[in-house]
Amino acid sequence: MPQLARVLTLARAGDSPRAAAPSQQFAGAKPLALLGLALLLAALMLASLALGSAAIPLEQIITALLHGVTENSAWSNIVLKFRLPKAATALLAGMALGVSGLLMQTYFRNPLAEPFVLGVSSGAGLGAALVVLGAGGGTGALLAGLGLAGDLLLIAAAGLGAAATMTLVLLVALRVGSPVTLLILGLMFGYFVSAIVSLLLYFAAPERIQAYIHWTFGSFSGVTGTQLPILALIVAAGLLLAAALVKPLNALLLGEPYARSLGLRPTRTRIAIVTSTALLVSAVTAFCGPIAFIGIAAPHISRALLGSADHRLLLPGACMSGGCIALGAALIAELPGNALVLPLNVVTALMGAPVVMLVLLRQARGMPT
Amino acid sequence: MSAALETRELSIGYRRRRRADVLLARALNLRLERGRLVGLLGANGIGKSTLLRTLAGAQTPLAGQVLLAGAPIGRLSPEARARRLCLVLTKAPRLELMTGYALVALGRHPHTNWLGRLTAADRAAIDWALDAVKARALAAERIAELSDGQRQKLMIARALAQAGDIMLLDEPTAFLDLPRRVQMMQLLQDIARSAKRAILVSTHDLTLALRHCDQLWLMSGDGIASGAPEDLALDGRLGTTFHTEDLRFDADGGAFVLGAKGGAAVHVAGAGKQLRWMRRALERRGFHPADRPSAISIKHSGNGHGACWQLSIGGRSSRHHSIQSLLETLEAEAP
Repeated sequence: MPQLARVLTLARAGDSPRAAAPSQQFAGAKPLALLGLALLLAALMLASLALGSAAIPLEQIITALLHGVTENSAWSNIVLKFRLPKAATALLAGMALGVSGLLMQTYFRNPLAEPFVLGVSSGAGLGAALVVLGAGGGTGALLAGLGLAGDLLLIAAAGLGAAATMTLVLLVALRVGSPVTLLILGLMFGYFVSAIVSLLLYFAAPERIQAYIHWTFGSFSGVTGTQLPILALIVAAGLLLAAALVKPLNALLLGEPYARSLGLRPTRTRIAIVTSTALLVSAVTAFCGPIAFIGIAAPHISRALLGSADHRLLLPGACMSGGCIALGAALIAELPGNALVLPLNVVTALMGAPVVMLVLLRQARGMPT
Repeated sequence: MSAALETRELSIGYRRRRRADVLLARALNLRLERGRLVGLLGANGIGKSTLLRTLAGAQTPLAGQVLLAGAPIGRLSPEARARRLCLVLTKAPRLELMTGYALVALGRHPHTNWLGRLTAADRAAIDWALDAVKARALAAERIAELSDGQRQKLMIARALAQAGDIMLLDEPTAFLDLPRRVQMMQLLQDIARSAKRAILVSTHDLTLALRHCDQLWLMSGDGIASGAPEDLALDGRLGTTFHTEDLRFDADGGAFVLGAKGGAAVHVAGAGKQLRWMRRALERRGFHPADRPSAISIKHSGNGHGACWQLSIGGRSSRHHSIQSLLETLEAEAP
């Protein structure tokens, strides 16, 4: 990881923003925080594999990961077939939402922007609603399958809804140059689609409504080992595209007129930002449902920790912060020794919101965080 | 050698859907030379910003061409354009969590790789730019904690670090106080000379533009008149561009004076600064200071300490130790 190597070489000079020598690559920032985030992420990943309803020794988990077999065959089954896909899903979803949130906040120059402002998740929600509440199906088998959020039809429908919305947003973004207009159009589209979903809910049978509500809670456990590569591939594509955008994103901090004067190509940049966000959000929403909060919180945590506006630091920062929140939320939602599984969206907001508020308040008082 | 920036039969304005184009100026043939500071002056809404945007390549002209060192600006890639031409706008953005150094480093974008990694040459350019605007001390400061003037200085350093030979500034001093405005114009003048930049700055500050600019572009509804400020003042074009009902350009004083409408004529005798300030006071109150004898006359008879003014209206005369007391008497007794 060249990023990490650079962070390590800079770490010595980067502790205090005031004392930092001005002629360094990341003036005034605290790149050491990236290392801390990486360690936390690794710890949370390991905890996700180690903790669960069945108690499995840590060295057996590592053995299962390295060799695929354990003393007790059930253990390797649990680790590799259940815990690993779930943890990997949480990690991918968290990274995707964190990065897309950062893209949206920078592009719209608005700290309240989040991945869902483009309306992509609303489109996915409509797809899901059509399957769960909709006319077709109606068979007992379908309803039975809906108990699990991982129903393949549901994923396909949500993915289709997201992809359709993404195409629509891209077509609009090709023509509309103003970020504010794009933001309002996205919000309006979200309201419009939510209204259709409400209409479907109004006429739906109560048990189907419950199934839909269950989908809106979000879940990382619906992705099977065979589906995981698809999610990973789309998220990787979105993240790579975002990584290629760090320089234009830094230029956009000055506002579009200045960014243009620095040689930025406005339309190309806009399309790339929208494509990356739409890919990331579509994939996550299709496979995990509408996961709220991470997208808005991760960029703020990243900025507060790194003390920088430089996207070369913020992007990996938001990526890892998102991963940490997602893994942490998944762990808390299924605390071991507790049969009750809390809805994911409840946990992310309930645990995360106070943390973000604290971080922002400390920042507002000018205290180093 | 071709000018750094040149326009050929350039028409600027806006295209509108299903309506006629808005034409702000036509057939402009302008030249911007290296080493010169040019001031762009004109009333609000006359099209100064549109001209700057068009020259910067951010807006397409209605007709004609903008040439950068002889090459049409539209043919240059955005990166190539950014390496030749940089921009400073009225409002410097308030950026959270960014240091002065990082802001100036953004100017190196057209020269760095896809990650924006700074090489030794980039760092040298940034250091030079910070020194040129005397802002080395601001490098480690957070932008959000700086004053408007300091931020604008850094924006200019950022433009300098971009290293093009053309610099366009759209009212960069509008939010600054007078001392900062003077410093900024002095700075631009120095940069134009020492760094051999072609600098175009739009401003409403005629006095400063007259003092610091090598050339003025006077924009009015009839087009742009360009020339040395002194020539434009002497041949009356400066006066006609800015003439309004109650403002006229005084070519002697090199400034605008109020009260083109004639008030009662007052003959003022005296010399030096006493005379100048008395004339200003009279103009402010709507009188017309005159050199020829008239029914009202004022004579200064200072003896080093405390000025003494003698006011004669008709046959009566009175003595005053301040301009204020004289004005009160004058207004009470003037016909």
